[in-house]
Amino acid sequence: MSRCEPASSPALAFTDVSAVRAGRLIWSHANFTVPAGGVVAVIGPNGAGKTTLLHMVLGLIPAASGCLEVFGRRPGQANDTIGYVPQDYAASGGEAIRAVDAVLLGLTGRRWAFSRSTAAQRRQVSQALAVVEASGLADLRLSTLSGGQRQRIAIAAALVAQPELLILDEPLASLDLRSQHDIVELLGRLHAELGVTILMVAHDLNPLLPVLDSAIYLLDGQPRYATLDDVVDAALLTQLYGTPIQVMHPPNGKPYMRSAL
Amino acid sequence: MTVHNIALGYQRDWWPILMSGFMRNALIGGTIVAVAAGLIGYFVVVRHSAFAAHALAHIGLPGATGAVLLGVPVVVGLGVFCVGGALVIGLLGKRATDREVVTGTVLSMATGLGLFFNSLATKSSSTMTNVLFGNVLAISHEQLVSFATLLALLALSVGIIYRPLLFSSVNTPVAEAKRVPVRVLSTTFMALLGLTVTMAVQAVGTLLLFALVVTPAATAIMLTPRPVIAMVTSTAISLVAVWLGLGAAAMLNLPPSFLIVTIACAIWSIVWVSNHRRVAVQASEKSADASLATDSSAMPTPATSGS
Repeated sequence: MSRCEPASSPALAFTDVSAVRAGRLIWSHANFTVPAGGVVAVIGPNGAGKTTLLHMVLGLIPAASGCLEVFGRRPGQANDTIGYVPQDYAASGGEAIRAVDAVLLGLTGRRWAFSRSTAAQRRQVSQALAVVEASGLADLRLSTLSGGQRQRIAIAAALVAQPELLILDEPLASLDLRSQHDIVELLGRLHAELGVTILMVAHDLNPLLPVLDSAIYLLDGQPRYATLDDVVDAALLTQLYGTPIQVMHPPNGKPYMRSAL
Repeated sequence: MTVHNIALGYQRDWWPILMSGFMRNALIGGTIVAVAAGLIGYFVVVRHSAFAAHALAHIGLPGATGAVLLGVPVVVGLGVFCVGGALVIGLLGKRATDREVVTGTVLSMATGLGLFFNSLATKSSSTMTNVLFGNVLAISHEQLVSFATLLALLALSVGIIYRPLLFSSVNTPVAEAKRVPVRVLSTTFMALLGLTVTMAVQAVGTLLLFALVVTPAATAIMLTPRPVIAMVTSTAISLVAVWLGLGAAAMLNLPPSFLIVTIACAIWSIVWVSNHRRVAVQASEKSADASLATDSSAMPTPATSGS
């Protein structure tokens, strides 16, 4: 059980993994590897166990059985190399802290004993803010920012420790169309410029299609991994969401999906 | 008549009173309590634990009256109940929504017990008043020693856990994902809060504690979003309230708790009003700008239509 197949390069390696939450089997028989350097969506209906999968990768809940490796290490031991953007970042509160401090905590928040931040750390913070194009927000209180601006700060806080893997839970939830577009563009740029692997839970694939290259889909209690071309398939999506879905192929544009109801 | 008496007290007695032994103890004790409140108050506000702080003060009541009943020092009873209550709230109320109900339930049980213990021991009714409203003028040398010890423990603990505690207070899910021991920190914070409450209750009493632990921190956070500066500002406000309150108590012969609380609340009110006025002014300037912009864009239309 403790022996996993030697795997150094893939970002995630699932070997017959199953997930149990509150005594209930959520999904099982996960057998796939996700190569490093991809932009991967985690899709499936509500309650299929998408967030459970993220939490397992982060080591917050153990695999009920099987073996999961994150960059060749056990989940939780690789968290230095993971940046995490939770759902509803700083949804409540944030009046007591500036954006720049929130990002700095992504770098120094685990440090015991009081110490001042170093010049190098502050430089890293301003770089992370620059990457997400939020330098102008640094001195504002989190509570005064819009949803899209907060999401940028959350991504900066995850990026500041220079992760190899960026995990986002519903990064576009409760954002307006413009902010959705901006965040997707930002994620594409992070992937292209920093080479970071991106794993994100998503309900609506359409806005993410420009940047995705593959997806983990949770169908009938089993997570599977496939390239985007295989996932954007009317029959599979209809089965996955339990409602008829059409995939449209405009003559000179990217394919998109829509409800066929 | 009353005014005349107050004026007499002000002119003659206040300096010797302020210099007397019991007043010196009150000043030192009040200072220690103010510093402790400044250290922990910031986190109380950031963690949305104001209700827990308020409840813990009341949970001390049965500790104090029970201690009198058993013949042990009041501070021991206070400490056991405050820290014990803090741990129960911390362990049972993991989520904020649960915490409100757990806190309220523990609070009412404790208040009931306090009343019960008080009815058993007739001589404890003065203890009850002291616990409810505080008696900073009765702080003994032994109490000062215990205050100083508790403050040292508190300062050391907050110094060690400062960053992880701030991280887990501001952004719990990310802190958890980064392997910060969120549960341990939460329980530790509640225990530290219990210690602070044990001290502060002796100075301002359970009913008025909120104004010394929570109000200055909330005022400081309105003034600055920088955590360390907010903690220093909060401590400064508490110190001003305690020192001016004690001075005014000596001058006017009024209960110190009343004056301390009045000063803390007055500072909060002034900052709150000026903050909201500033926001209102900014908003009206913005709308004035906007109307100006529409005016200027509307200007050419009559001109062109006129020509």
